[in-house]
Amino acid sequence: MWRRKLLNHIMMGLSTLSALVSILFLVWILKDLTVRGISAINWEFFAELPAPPGEEGGGIRHAIYGTMVITLMASAIAIPIGLLAGTYLSEYARHGRFGLMVRFLSDILLSVPSIIVGTFVYALMVRPMGTFSALSGAVALAIIMIPIILKTTDEVLQLVPDVVREAAYALGAPRWVVITKVVYRGATAGIMTGIILGIARIIGETAPLLFTSFSNNFWETNIFRPMATMTVLIFNYAMSPYESWQSMAWGASFILTVFVLILNMLSKFLFRGRKYG
Amino acid sequence: MDRYIARIQDPVKIEIRHLNFYYGQFHALKDINLQIAERKVTALIGPSGCGKTTLLRTMNRMHDLYPGNRYEGEILLDGRNILDRKMDLMELRQRVGMVFQKPTPFNASIFDNVAFGLKLKGIRNRRELEERVEKALRDAALWDEVKDKLKENALSLSGGQQQRLSIARAIAVEPEVLLFDEPTSALDPVSTSKIEELIRRLGQSMTVVIVTHNMQQAARVSDYTAFMYFGEIIEFNSTDIIFTRPRIKLTEDYITGRFG
Repeated sequence: MWRRKLLNHIMMGLSTLSALVSILFLVWILKDLTVRGISAINWEFFAELPAPPGEEGGGIRHAIYGTMVITLMASAIAIPIGLLAGTYLSEYARHGRFGLMVRFLSDILLSVPSIIVGTFVYALMVRPMGTFSALSGAVALAIIMIPIILKTTDEVLQLVPDVVREAAYALGAPRWVVITKVVYRGATAGIMTGIILGIARIIGETAPLLFTSFSNNFWETNIFRPMATMTVLIFNYAMSPYESWQSMAWGASFILTVFVLILNMLSKFLFRGRKYG
Repeated sequence: MDRYIARIQDPVKIEIRHLNFYYGQFHALKDINLQIAERKVTALIGPSGCGKTTLLRTMNRMHDLYPGNRYEGEILLDGRNILDRKMDLMELRQRVGMVFQKPTPFNASIFDNVAFGLKLKGIRNRRELEERVEKALRDAALWDEVKDKLKENALSLSGGQQQRLSIARAIAVEPEVLLFDEPTSALDPVSTSKIEELIRRLGQSMTVVIVTHNMQQAARVSDYTAFMYFGEIIEFNSTDIIFTRPRIKLTEDYITGRFG
């Protein structure tokens, strides 16, 4: 009797402790980021370019711009491909052999280390073109993003019950109308969630960008040239010996983290809406 | 096995001749011969797995959505064989509508749900859409409950309301034939009686075929009844005769609840 009660208490104690430890690090990171990041942030931080090493002031306008442009280009490539490929798997090839193969390979791509994607795009684009470029960075991020969007699209489309599709066919709807007007509409929240999670994932990627968009300390808008991004800037500045640059890295980390948190919360909020399944 | 398939006196809307249907290797429907009377209600009854839903789904060729299915024989709709390769399935399904076992609201407003089939037919005029949506909702006995919230999402309706919405959506395009696949099996008794009343009323203006596992329901709503068993029609006659003096022993055993 007492033994059973004791074991109950030990078990509960251990799981509670583990739960606390698992959130401890998140809280710790957020605290450090907030304390040291906010102090680095001011108007100059967004509006200026970096000051020369050792000098005070300056900002990371170029890197914020670079992250935005590269993320947008990557999304422009990955969203249509991921969406249509997911549609193909769910609506045209759900049980077919080719569909199963695509699904399996896409899951593998999902877990390929991102640095490998970077070196691949380096060989594919940077070497032949003779220069690092924002475009090659976007392609690397798109390769990471496609399987994420493909998988969520495939899964949320399958949540729409078959009988709802049948009801649309029974009204005389052709297949493309059933897919675009009934299936997509039934899964909008889920599809949006996949896209947001994909963006949240790539916006924080560093390794693939080191080999592709590289870095740039100057204002650059040509996508065929190396371009700064916030993640690569954090990587470079955090390792630099200059205090003003390190502080800039803290500021960038803070903004990036807040942005990713907002995206994640947005996806949770979206997926709470009415849906099938 | 004994069978008795009556010929009907009413005008025939659908005539099924020597229909065989296969799911892959499985012979699901065996030599079906059946007449469906125009503007009457015909019920298909029988134990689970006897093929009644399979038979119903041949009449709008729903089986064509999935691979590996095969039809043999003829299904004549107004004298024209709908199993013909050249049959336009979009057109067929606008003429032969269907309501399913579970309600099937689309994730859209109540109005857009009912207008879905109308838009497919190419009706774009806003006023005409509004008129026909209202008429369909009235005919489905749902108008009074939803007239103030046509813009609300259809998924927010109750199960019984969703099923009447599915009926409204199906009748909005004014089909000649309406197929019901166990339309009340997922509903409570109050919703069930509303839908049964609706089916009886619809049966006066269009041809209705209903699959049901509930014999009382078949007796209440239908003019003709076909009893099916292991992919065959064992007995077909007016509902009256089937339930009072069936000619086949198996039918009698089934309707008196001796098996099923």
